[in-house]
Amino acid sequence: MSIATIFEIVLAAVVLGLGIWTIVVRETYSATVGFVAYGLLVALIWVRLDAIDVALTEAAIGGGLGGVLLLGAAAQLRDSEPAVTDAAGNAVRVCAAILSALTAATLAGAVLVLPDPAPTLAPAAVSNAWATSLANPVTNVLMAFRAMDTMLEKVVLLLAIIGVWSLAPDSAWGGHPGPRHQADPHGVLVFLARLLPPIGIVVGIYVLWTGANHPGGAFQGGAILAAMWLLAIMAGLADTPPVSSRRLRLILVAGPGLFLVVGIAGLLFGSAFLSYPPAQAKPLILAIEVAMILTIAATLGLLLAGAPERRTGQ
Amino acid sequence: MSLLGDIITIVAVSAGAFFFLAGTVGLLRFPDTLTRLHALTKADNLGLGLVVLGLLPQAASLRDGFKLVSIWLLGLLAGATVSQLIARAARQGESAR
Amino acid sequence: MTEFLTAAVGFILAMLALGLVSILRGPGDADRMMAMQLIGTGGIATLLLLGTVASLPAAIDVALTLALLATFASIAFVKKGLSSLDADGTAPTEPK
Repeated sequence: MSIATIFEIVLAAVVLGLGIWTIVVRETYSATVGFVAYGLLVALIWVRLDAIDVALTEAAIGGGLGGVLLLGAAAQLRDSEPAVTDAAGNAVRVCAAILSALTAATLAGAVLVLPDPAPTLAPAAVSNAWATSLANPVTNVLMAFRAMDTMLEKVVLLLAIIGVWSLAPDSAWGGHPGPRHQADPHGVLVFLARLLPPIGIVVGIYVLWTGANHPGGAFQGGAILAAMWLLAIMAGLADTPPVSSRRLRLILVAGPGLFLVVGIAGLLFGSAFLSYPPAQAKPLILAIEVAMILTIAATLGLLLAGAPERRTGQ
Repeated sequence: MSLLGDIITIVAVSAGAFFFLAGTVGLLRFPDTLTRLHALTKADNLGLGLVVLGLLPQAASLRDGFKLVSIWLLGLLAGATVSQLIARAARQGESAR
Repeated sequence: MTEFLTAAVGFILAMLALGLVSILRGPGDADRMMAMQLIGTGGIATLLLLGTVASLPAAIDVALTLALLATFASIAFVKKGLSSLDADGTAPTEPK
């Protein structure tokens, strides 16, 4: 058994062990900590599987926004958790156990009957990379070969933010999402929130830029930018913009909007919806990605900030 | 890949692994939250720094080297900040009890 | 060299696992929060070594992202979902 195999076994054992602990532990808060840690370890597995793009997404979302969202929610749940303590009845428990066992068995069966070798479009995606002059096959698939999916994904993000905003009471509509945060201006958090965002913005833009030829892209970069924005908000250095702000709404629709315009132009002047002329493919894709990173950063940040809660000046 | 570079890598990464060992021993043996926090944020960051130092000779380009060094600096910043924040929260939890 | 670095990755990962066991046992939430910091440093070291072993230079970018965001979980922990932060600041917080 080679050293590499031993390493893989150790990695799998650690991740599985942490996963089981997360399920078994009774307290919500501990389980949340375990789950966030588990997500970061899964990034190691993605790197081991050569799926660096996925690892980068896992690190950017799980390490930043996801952790803040889950831990914040768990902390708030614990402060108001007296009602949920009465245990479910035995019938419910048995049903849940049967359902879980069936799901696990189905998944195991599905894995066992997978065809070998698995059907793949990877060679086709790699051999057609010339069409966009981008070297990262993942970006090619996301932005060109399956651009429709990515565009609709951005529309889904937009729908999500509308969904969150619709939870606002009438009196707060048009106001700022989330509470106004406060922290000691000489404290550790404010110090970090002054120091880290400039570095983070450079890293976010770098991840977007390198996404053309290496792992990276607009979503990962946008998640990093959103995390930096959220840090400034949580330290009280910045406030969320009011949802009635025209500039904010322009940023929110910029990504899907530009995508749609380019798509329709492809329909009118090119061969099909979302077809890029090969000579201009790279500049067009980069322009869409720049618009998308702004949309993604704003949307993810606002999704975490929550529904509008207070009017300007409150 | 030069012989000298390889020697630096082996020495520094071994030393880094030793400090990770020290940090984990500290976590297992120290009695309370604050001392364990100390073991974690100091020893592990030293270990990370030594691993980064050891990987510098293996870096493919100058840019990768810069990224390695900035990862360590960010790690130091995170360790210092996190230890302050968690220690204050832990102490506050104690005094509230 | 590759064997040595792979062994180093395995060793650091094993240390990380041992540390996790000790931290997650608790007793307090503060102890559990240290798990995130442990995975921050240990995970980054593992990633860097793994990237060198498998000659995946992009693994450095993943490590860079992790290092950049390593403080976030702890910030969420001390804020506890509240808008103000009591456990921060220069004033001494000893019981009077």
